[in-house]
Amino acid sequence: MKVMRRPKLSFWERLYFPAILKGMALTLSHIFRKRVTLQYPEERWTLPPRYRGAPVLLTGLDGHEKCTSCKLCQFICPPKAITIVAGETELEKEKYPKEFTIDMGLCIFCGYCEEVCPVEAIWLKDEYELADYDRTDLIFTKEKLLRMGRRPPYLPGKEKPLEEDS
Amino acid sequence: MSAYLPVVVPALVKILVIVTVVMTGVAYATLAERRVSAFMQDRLGPNRVGPWGLLQPVADGLKFFFKEDIVPREAYKPVYLLAPLLTLIPALVTFAVIPFGTSITLGGRTYPLIIAPGVDVGVIYLLAISSLGVYGILLAGWSSGNKYSLMGALRGASQVISYELGIGLSLLSVVLWVGSFDFQKIVEAQAGGWGKVWFFLPHFLGFVVFLVSIFAETNRLPFDLPEGESEIVAGYHTEYSGLRFAMFFMGEYANMITASAFLTLLFLGGWNLPFVKWEWFGPVWGGILSAAVFFGKIAFMMFVFIWVRWTLPRFRYDQLMNLGWRKLFPLALANFLLVATFLLVRGRP
Repeated sequence: MKVMRRPKLSFWERLYFPAILKGMALTLSHIFRKRVTLQYPEERWTLPPRYRGAPVLLTGLDGHEKCTSCKLCQFICPPKAITIVAGETELEKEKYPKEFTIDMGLCIFCGYCEEVCPVEAIWLKDEYELADYDRTDLIFTKEKLLRMGRRPPYLPGKEKPLEEDS
Repeated sequence: MSAYLPVVVPALVKILVIVTVVMTGVAYATLAERRVSAFMQDRLGPNRVGPWGLLQPVADGLKFFFKEDIVPREAYKPVYLLAPLLTLIPALVTFAVIPFGTSITLGGRTYPLIIAPGVDVGVIYLLAISSLGVYGILLAGWSSGNKYSLMGALRGASQVISYELGIGLSLLSVVLWVGSFDFQKIVEAQAGGWGKVWFFLPHFLGFVVFLVSIFAETNRLPFDLPEGESEIVAGYHTEYSGLRFAMFFMGEYANMITASAFLTLLFLGGWNLPFVKWEWFGPVWGGILSAAVFFGKIAFMMFVFIWVRWTLPRFRYDQLMNLGWRKLFPLALANFLLVATFLLVRGRP
């Protein structure tokens, strides 16, 4: 059996005062160091380029949502936050989401929806201030998701930007 | 009646000034504690209320006012309600004998800057009153009807009693050196000149013992076992809330200010500065400047209190008792005998 013996302390070590003074010098030196606090609402951290924030819907060049209502995102969503009601459309894609809601109270920002989407219609943007006072306000509708999403600056053939949804 | 007026009115003015200064000091000590601790941990601390967070104590005070004052069912009410006062009042009453400057001469009258001038047993009075503070702790812990409160209170009592010895013996060397219990004479003896340096130099051993002991006496880290939150919740004030909790808080900080003043008077030369004579500045400004220097030294000591708190970890209880009885007590006794022998051989300086 190996017996560990504590090393004998020297006189100065047993006195503790040199060690205490050393510690106090350390804490004093920290007063003059750079602060690590980020004063949040005024100061903000720079987000990494692939930051996963709020999921939003993207608008295609034709001015319509890119989503074809294939429901892959709805099926893969782990907390089942996405609900899609499909509908028919005259457009080339034939199918479109009549309703597309994401319950942000459920969303875990995993980004599976973005990964699984075959037409790149859903995307997690760098928006993270999503708190609200009411749970019902956390259920994002299709209109809201499209408004939050990226849109082409101009529609082809038209010089006017897309009209802002109210 | 009119014969008393020249005595009563200046005393009342001085009491008003002292209470204002001390209570403001207490309020800003709490802010300083939070800001300094934050700085030592590379943080910012409260800086939102007012410029640099300077109105934070006001906000804290208002919050305490509006908090519910809870009295536990098991508490012994009369004592429970009285105990916070018993910690706060002794801390304030001690200032009666603490001189805070030389004197101000106005209209042919000289007003010494002390609430009760001419008290020649100031040191004894201060020792007696400051130990009364432990009754507040003891009664609060006992009357709360909470086992953790009681344990904290018992710890507080035994700790204060143990370290009182260190305080008493270490300051005796100073008293012996000066030959008086009068604070004003003690400060005059440190006024500079041959053999009149600040006493922490000739009485270094006593100074160290005194410094360590007042940390224990004021229940400050590293000796804050009465409120060791990792073991006994919050100690003696676990059950207190609202304004009564604030009173314990104020009492703690007021005690720190008193202890700082005590230390400043005995070892740090009171309101003296090296190579400065207050007579140079005239009868009024000399007094005011000396008081400013005295409070400045107290502020520095308060910073030391905070500084030590955020540097050292808490002692274990047996280590605390060991340090008090087997290290500081013999050290103070040895220092006392050393000074006594020196004075016997060389005579009083």
